[in-house]
Amino acid sequence: MSCCGTSPGFEEIDEVSRLVSARLAGFLRTLRDNGFAVGLQEGQDAASLMAAGYAARPGLLRTAFKQLFSARKPDWERFDGIFDAFWLGKRVRSRSITTGSARAANNPSLKSLPNSQPEPRAGGDTAMDQIPSADEAAGERAGEGRMEGASRADNLAETDFRKLADPAQIEQAHAAAARLARVLRTRLTRRDLARRRGYRLDLRRTIHSNISHGGVPISLVRRQRREKPLRLVVLLDASGSMSMYTGVFLRFIHGVLDEFRQAEAFLFHTRLAYVSDAMKEKDPARALDRLSIMAQGAGGGTRIGESLQTFNRWHAARVIHSRTCVMIVSDGYETGDAALLGREMAALARRCRRIVWLNPMMAWAGYAPVAAGIQAALPHVDLYAPANTLNSLAALEPYLARL
Amino acid sequence: MKDRAEIADRLAASGYIADGELATAISLMQLLKRPLLLEGEAGVGKTEVAKALASVHATELIRLQCYEGLDQSAALYEWNYQRQLLSIQAHRGADADAVEDQIFSEKYLLERPLLAAIRRARPPVLLIDEIDRADDEFEAFLLELLSDFQVSIPELGTIVATTIPHVVLTSNGTRELSDALRRRCLYHYVDYPDVDREARIIMTRINGAGASLSLQIARMVEAIRKEELRKVPGVAETLDWAAALVGIDVRDLHDAPETVHETLMCLLKTQEDRARVTREVTQRLLGKVA
Repeated sequence: MSCCGTSPGFEEIDEVSRLVSARLAGFLRTLRDNGFAVGLQEGQDAASLMAAGYAARPGLLRTAFKQLFSARKPDWERFDGIFDAFWLGKRVRSRSITTGSARAANNPSLKSLPNSQPEPRAGGDTAMDQIPSADEAAGERAGEGRMEGASRADNLAETDFRKLADPAQIEQAHAAAARLARVLRTRLTRRDLARRRGYRLDLRRTIHSNISHGGVPISLVRRQRREKPLRLVVLLDASGSMSMYTGVFLRFIHGVLDEFRQAEAFLFHTRLAYVSDAMKEKDPARALDRLSIMAQGAGGGTRIGESLQTFNRWHAARVIHSRTCVMIVSDGYETGDAALLGREMAALARRCRRIVWLNPMMAWAGYAPVAAGIQAALPHVDLYAPANTLNSLAALEPYLARL
Repeated sequence: MKDRAEIADRLAASGYIADGELATAISLMQLLKRPLLLEGEAGVGKTEVAKALASVHATELIRLQCYEGLDQSAALYEWNYQRQLLSIQAHRGADADAVEDQIFSEKYLLERPLLAAIRRARPPVLLIDEIDRADDEFEAFLLELLSDFQVSIPELGTIVATTIPHVVLTSNGTRELSDALRRRCLYHYVDYPDVDREARIIMTRINGAGASLSLQIARMVEAIRKEELRKVPGVAETLDWAAALVGIDVRDLHDAPETVHETLMCLLKTQEDRARVTREVTQRLLGKVA
């Protein structure tokens, strides 16, 4: 941290360094506002960099700061803009912060749903027979849900989400979805811990632990194959045709992600947005608030194929490991190219352990998966299930636990 | 910074053509004594950076390749159990304490990369390759080592680093690294080189690759990278291809379009990609390469 300048007077240096450090503190705050993880140590290092002569060369300082403050690729890419805006006075829009009722902003259609919606009636055959590996329980319970949905509106667990009109009821359903997600999360993690056992003999460790017996292998050490905990990656369709269901599923995803490391969430409509960070906000209202910014453009068409392509290209390597279940929540009404959707589904199926496709419309009377999009996707889906009531969501748990 | 230009020169002398930002990163490593985390697609030359760095500092490169299940005994140290047993057998009947002192001495300690890196007289370059493949637990342990640079071995005591190694970590992004580790490190994203830099890389690495051919190859590879491929070719693949073309004695890509198409196997490593780049596509891409 030694300063090698000789010419300016002592007070002058002091004054300059005071100004510089005040400015630097401002810059660090800007970075933090933009989501950079900047700690005290980084601040000190930045100060020592400026003292070491980098301050005189803005271009160099920018590179140096970029390497010091960035932690991942998105940081790396937007750093230059932030730096220029702060130090060189170029105009860049700052992070927008919105306030207000999250649910109202995010999902108006849930409340403003007209009461004249057609009531779902009991369908004929369940669509479950399309996938031989389907969970029986999920099918049965979903079936009950459909039977009773029309007559017993008071039974929340069995009610189709889109028929919830009363705000209090919606709130109740959201809370139930969050609770369910939390239960699901803990059960999945605990089961995994209990299942570890070892088969192979670890020779080196066996010798090591038997040195006290003079090398006679009395106690054997076995090698345990570590099981990775199941990771859940949720891709939620937030397009207009799904708007009656997005609210509840967002709460469900928020519950799953909350403090649970092994889950990631994405939102898609005409493009794909990574929403895990926004969803990790503790307060669901604030999380949804942050999300509503990302969900802009929702309500237009759905480009599932293109969104999946983006996912496969930029996110899959990072978020998918060998024990990952990808859960797609969508009605499968593809406005883009269905062939592309098929190709991308195949690519995704190669990568992950299971693909679960939840289609809330599946339980509607007379619904058949004839849309080109869903037709192209279905061959690659391991479980195709309805998820229009809380019970049908709960029925997924035994299936996921078996993976 | 004069040492920056010097670092770039010395990197070039060792055969690594760096961009300006990387030279800054390396001078920062020394200034701030922080490890450098390199991220980027597979095959952009992350590991090469560490090798070049070792030759810049004229020092040893110690490499720790990470994999799933990597633990302390493979990364840090382990006792040589077989020798310990032999020694116990040989000294049967001797004083127990003496035997114990004997078998838990340095002589029976097997140095693994991390321990080796902090016990050298001259600071080596420690390359921790593909850290994203290791488990979370190992990452946490590594974090501790990288901040304290000391290791405690229960039977022997604490070993403090004699020198602080230059640490380079690489990651392919197959797993999200912890924020703590990221904050501890300087970050540099290694991208595919631009045409000029790739041409210079080809010229330095491949004997007999002339300036015009190198430029053609670099342009062609850039065009191929823009196609929608499952596996985008990296710099290593480019070098393979350049070596192949030079080996077959191609002077100009336009002279031998057939050979160009056939040797694309050096760049395209999946059947799907191979099928996608047909003869017509090769022709079209060649047309763009002036």
